[in-house]
Amino acid sequence: MIEIVIGTLATFGALFVLFAAIGLVRMPDTYLRISVTTKAATLGVGLVLMATAVFFSNSGVTSQAFVIILFIFLTAPVSAHLIGRASYFIGIKLWDKSVMDDLRGKYQKNSHILKSVVDDTPEDNVDHTQIENKEKRD
Amino acid sequence: MTLHDYLYYIILPVLILSAILIFWRLLKGPTIADKVIALDLLITTGIGVIGVYCIIYNHSTLLDSALILGLIAFLSTVALSYYLEKRKKK
Repeated sequence: MIEIVIGTLATFGALFVLFAAIGLVRMPDTYLRISVTTKAATLGVGLVLMATAVFFSNSGVTSQAFVIILFIFLTAPVSAHLIGRASYFIGIKLWDKSVMDDLRGKYQKNSHILKSVVDDTPEDNVDHTQIENKEKRD
Repeated sequence: MTLHDYLYYIILPVLILSAILIFWRLLKGPTIADKVIALDLLITTGIGVIGVYCIIYNHSTLLDSALILGLIAFLSTVALSYYLEKRKKK
């Protein structure tokens, strides 16, 4: 009975990690890749570690597995946000079929502050359409 | 088919296949941010492989290295994104 539980948890965990890998290869854009990989891979590794925690019916090992799960669940969104923010600042473009860009002109280039409105200092705003125009002019 | 065989012949190859796909993205990745994401995800997949190996070989001590790997993945992503943000600032 407990082997069925372990097998099911490990199966779903491996499937979610596989979906994350396929998403990392197939998604057209850096931001979409960040989005798909963080959520699916976190869930998949969490399920595999749950299978480990069920297999060792020992409170020490189980608590250690849950500490790893908790650590991954806490750090994956933070690292995804950091790398997404950095890639927006260094001017990585969105997919050309993206409908809208909510951050356009709101990040400040020098102070690295996020403003809630687009102010009238266009030379300090991080704007991907401006970057594109500059590259065309060069 | 026992649990050991199932984990050894089905779960581990699926994880290794996903690691190969992620490694392809790490080599190819059009921007440097893609490579950082792929590295992070590769280490996370490694934690999953370590968890499966714990069940197969009945060694719970391997989970210590999984914890260290998770720490290294987080720290490397934070450091690389920090330096990426600083790079264009001048």
